[in-house]
Amino acid sequence: MQKQKKRFISSVLAGAIITACAVTQVYAKADALALTVEIPQLDTAEYHKPYVAVWLEDSARKSTQVALWYQIDKKNNEGLEWLKDLRQWWRRGGRSLDLPYDGFTSATKGPGTHEVSIDLSKADFKDLAPGNYKLRIEAVREVGGRENVVIPITLPLETSSLPISKTGKTELGKIRLSVQ
Amino acid sequence: MKSKLLLKLIAAGVIASSMTMQAQAHKAWILPSSTVLSGDEPYVTFDAAVSNSIFSIDHAALNIEGVEVVDPKGNAVELENTSKGKYRSTFDIQLKEQGTYKVETASGGLRARWEDEDGKRHRWPRRGQNATDADFAKAVPKDAKKLQVSQSYRRVETFVTLGAPTESVFKPTNQGLEMVPVTHPNDLFSGEEATFTLLIDGKPAKGASVEIIQGGSRYRDQQNEIKVTTNDKGEFNVTWPDAGRYFVEASYEDAQAKAPATKRTGTYVAVFEVLPM
Repeated sequence: MQKQKKRFISSVLAGAIITACAVTQVYAKADALALTVEIPQLDTAEYHKPYVAVWLEDSARKSTQVALWYQIDKKNNEGLEWLKDLRQWWRRGGRSLDLPYDGFTSATKGPGTHEVSIDLSKADFKDLAPGNYKLRIEAVREVGGRENVVIPITLPLETSSLPISKTGKTELGKIRLSVQ
Repeated sequence: MKSKLLLKLIAAGVIASSMTMQAQAHKAWILPSSTVLSGDEPYVTFDAAVSNSIFSIDHAALNIEGVEVVDPKGNAVELENTSKGKYRSTFDIQLKEQGTYKVETASGGLRARWEDEDGKRHRWPRRGQNATDADFAKAVPKDAKKLQVSQSYRRVETFVTLGAPTESVFKPTNQGLEMVPVTHPNDLFSGEEATFTLLIDGKPAKGASVEIIQGGSRYRDQQNEIKVTTNDKGEFNVTWPDAGRYFVEASYEDAQAKAPATKRTGTYVAVFEVLPM
């Protein structure tokens, strides 16, 4: 567990400039986040663990990678062949990444709830402009289906907006974004 | 006397229109097994055919002797496992470079139709005949009647991409009717609008008519074709109604031909895959 990081900012400057407004704004910014992703148990003749991608996307679809679970252990990198089936992720940066996707990749995961840590104070995230973003989770399963779950967030992220939960219908179960 | 002439004219009209219909009914295409790929030097296999229904293998194999494949670095790619069947040709290519590949077959040049002294119709080159423009003077008699000479080009192509899409294969040859994309043809999604530019001999092809038909027409009562016309910049737009594979055919005609031709025509065919959002 990473330590919880809270930053209190008194907008003294703003208060001085906006003289008509005497309210002192205080808000808590959330940096260390936990994303839990549930992969449902499916009753199917042929089951393969899904490929899952998580990324943060701005309104111009510019994306920052968060996590990728794929068949990392197959010989001759055969697991890379199916990455394109994470279609939305593939289009939003997946196809331009250098192999073997260091830093945010891991092996596929089976049914259950899995946690991904997101530290917004770290490289890639800390320079993102304030504004509206989508945290996107895409799952695709070999000889199975594909599903996208979108969690809209605003950066800087306020702790008061958390947790946010969404539930997938087919390939994804409950998705929850909370303060770590 | 008059009625006989009228009958002849009607008959000629019927023949002419049925010929046009036949030409329109048969669609030539090269269909890739995948258009968006990842992984280590994957293969793509292609069907090449002339069909009535879109992407049904129901009429004739496309001649693939003239098919050329260019990789993202501009090098020619070898066609593997080529085979010509009754109704379709097939071939494979291996994608060893990251980026976009073009698969095409293009032909064109002078085309002539005329009648001899006995009123018998002739055309050059004959169907399936290889001919170069230099042969024109030899092949077409000086005293040919009702001579019509056109400069006609035809191109059938498709694209596949390994990894991120690249643009190098879209450099036009400036001959015939060609497509230069604004929206990359391997980055098409249902519900999104795509824009493409058509060029005739390297210049914007204004007023070209474009017909777009989704595959699987055998299983529909209607073609449900989308018809658009290029603007002054030679551009056309389409919003893809569904995910699927689409047959795109553009036709262009004008009088800006070099002698001895009086007419310039171009046909452009492409197969695009549109993915679901």
